[in-house]
Amino acid sequence: MKKNTSTKTLNESKMNYDLELLIDMYQKMLLIRRFEEKAGQLYGMGKIGGFCHLYIGQEAVVVGIQSAQIEGDSIVTSYRDHGHMIACDMDPKGVMAELTGREDGYSKGKGGSMHMFSREKGFFGGHGIVAAQVPIGAGLAFAHKYNGNKNVSITYFGDGAANQGQVYESYNIASLWKLPVIFVIENNKYGMGTSVNRSSAGDNLSDRGKAYGIKSEIVDGMDIIAVRDAAIRAIEYCRSGKGPYILEMKTYRYRGHSMSDPAKYRTRDEVEKIRKTSDPIENIKILLNKMGVEDKALKDIDVKIKSKIADAAKFAQDSPEPSEAELYTDITIN
Amino acid sequence: MTIEILMPALSPTMEEGTLAKWLVNEGDSISSGDLIAEIETDKATMEVEAVDDGKIGQLLVPAGTEGVKVNTPIALLIDSTELPHASIKNIADKPYLEKEKIAPELKMVKPITLEPNSSIITVREALRNAMAEEMRSDKNVFVMGEEVAEYQGAYKVTQGLLDEFGDKRVYDTPITEHGFAGIGIGAAFGNLKPIVEFMTFNFAMQAMDQIINSAAKTLYMSGGQMGCPIVFRGPNGAASRVAAQHSQCYASWYAHCPGLKVVSPWSSKDAKGLLKSAIRDPDPVIFLENEVMYGQSFNCPDNEDFLLSIGKANVEKEGSDVTIIAFSIMVGKSLEAAEILHEKGINAEVVNLRSLRPLDLDTIINSVKKTNRVVTCEEGFPFAGIGAEISALINENAFDWLDAPVKRVTGKDVPMPYAANLEKLALPQVDDIVNACGEVCYKD
Repeated sequence: MKKNTSTKTLNESKMNYDLELLIDMYQKMLLIRRFEEKAGQLYGMGKIGGFCHLYIGQEAVVVGIQSAQIEGDSIVTSYRDHGHMIACDMDPKGVMAELTGREDGYSKGKGGSMHMFSREKGFFGGHGIVAAQVPIGAGLAFAHKYNGNKNVSITYFGDGAANQGQVYESYNIASLWKLPVIFVIENNKYGMGTSVNRSSAGDNLSDRGKAYGIKSEIVDGMDIIAVRDAAIRAIEYCRSGKGPYILEMKTYRYRGHSMSDPAKYRTRDEVEKIRKTSDPIENIKILLNKMGVEDKALKDIDVKIKSKIADAAKFAQDSPEPSEAELYTDITIN
Repeated sequence: MTIEILMPALSPTMEEGTLAKWLVNEGDSISSGDLIAEIETDKATMEVEAVDDGKIGQLLVPAGTEGVKVNTPIALLIDSTELPHASIKNIADKPYLEKEKIAPELKMVKPITLEPNSSIITVREALRNAMAEEMRSDKNVFVMGEEVAEYQGAYKVTQGLLDEFGDKRVYDTPITEHGFAGIGIGAAFGNLKPIVEFMTFNFAMQAMDQIINSAAKTLYMSGGQMGCPIVFRGPNGAASRVAAQHSQCYASWYAHCPGLKVVSPWSSKDAKGLLKSAIRDPDPVIFLENEVMYGQSFNCPDNEDFLLSIGKANVEKEGSDVTIIAFSIMVGKSLEAAEILHEKGINAEVVNLRSLRPLDLDTIINSVKKTNRVVTCEEGFPFAGIGAEISALINENAFDWLDAPVKRVTGKDVPMPYAANLEKLALPQVDDIVNACGEVCYKD
């Protein structure tokens, strides 16, 4: 596999972007990061149980793509899903309360970190089985096409999932039936503790779409402008009825696979180097500075976000556990 | 030398067929590989090739004859050097058409009396009618699966659907069960109502993760947001002579899991009423059909609103001495057993479960209270099977009403063998039910 070559910062040519949009994207990425930091903290305090997979480092991917979506598009992803939910404008309170297993959580405390949903926001999970969301995302695209609407399905999966057979079963059918699905491979370089180089044959995961006639591109997933631009191209292609599209996002997670991962498979230097040179939030900050936004304004945003997250954390701990009667609800509809 | 051309078996379960058309005439010279006839089975129309060279001496079965048993001689092939009349004379008094070399299980089918507001149709037709009716009334219902569209269904269950509804409602999939099951589930999450056909449930094991982890559990994991209105249907259980990987009953596998509904029809009426209910149901339904039953005919209500409630069993025959609890093909075998038992002075009640999850415990318990003796019947393996569950439930709910321990009749605890004699031994037979009933009634 090719190395993630993202070491550059956002350049001057990107300064023609709408300032309001950039600030909005900055806020969203920061909201995700602060949320995840708090989730990690609460996990350490024993307030969150089970598995908890943090999205820190990958924020530009989901926020950049989300900025190119329209109302009614559907999103589906794996168990590393907190960032996607916040990007979909799901309430951080409800997400955090699900992490703490409380009745105000999005799944009434019955799903947990890996299994959350909001039909209202177009977020179809949150799936705990590696790659299971890929055919489901193709199925959501099928529904869009069947209904004749112009919406698309954004289907996220990791580099680890990219080796699962059902991904290719989905590629095949999506291409045959020209389903409006964008397969977003979030290549963060490690499937749990195994690097892409040790698990995946061939040069690039995105190349694998070629066998199915699916257009693909590799994107610097640490550069939110590059992500947004690619998403606009991919979504436009899908919406116009040309079929699926693959975006391989070269990204990086700073934390372990889950909270219980000591991450011995990589060096601290590797993580530090990427944090220093490619951090998506730092990059956009530099751009905003160049465009005349002062540090103080950015700091104010951070303060507001921290306060919002603190509220969410409090809410999530104050919310009661689900009533015992919930044990037997929602098994079937009738 | 005269060679008999025999009615060929064109599928594992074919017992008879229609000789639709002769493509040769008496006196024609043919070579190996030439097409000689068209034969219709319940699954397809097939062309038959000659396997020997020679001259057609006589066509023994006229074109258009229905119900020609497999292995019946249908024509005589004579050596082209031989005089036709001589050879025909030699065999003229052989009672060819009476000969039945195969189908040991084939019983004389009792004539069916037409019931009011009903038609006598096959289980296959009932299933197709159910799908077509629901597709007409709800545009969100669509069908996907292997060979369901252009091929008209591997077992002809979806025959005609493509013609009526077009390729936006009927989809041929690649042979990738895991992927297309997941796509169906995604479509259901997107508010469509997919009917996913598995060519057989043996292949659905490839899709098991999607069925259990995605279809069955997501409603719960989403706190009630993510309903999955999908039907997975196809033949389940043993067909005939297709061995271990293609002959298994999955009833207890699916019935084990909360979040799924599991139904298994026996008759045409069951098939129509249950499938229509399954398609309308907001939950994922596993619909276990049986290949051997597809061609069997029963009365079936014509009413397009005819529904059978999922979760309700039906007492097919009232009785007082012993309750036989069965589903799918075993209902028919249980009714046969009940007739034999009647001759032995035992009056058996036959309960057709129809639904395995939810299970109609009330009907079971009421029957136990009436007869005090129970035999369960299923094709599946005994260990942790449906019979084991029913036995446990009876212990918990009606122990004091029992006069004998519950007895299970099941498939044997072995992978299905190929050899005809071993296969018969592995599958539960009518005699096994009769004997089990005799045992619980303490009669030999």
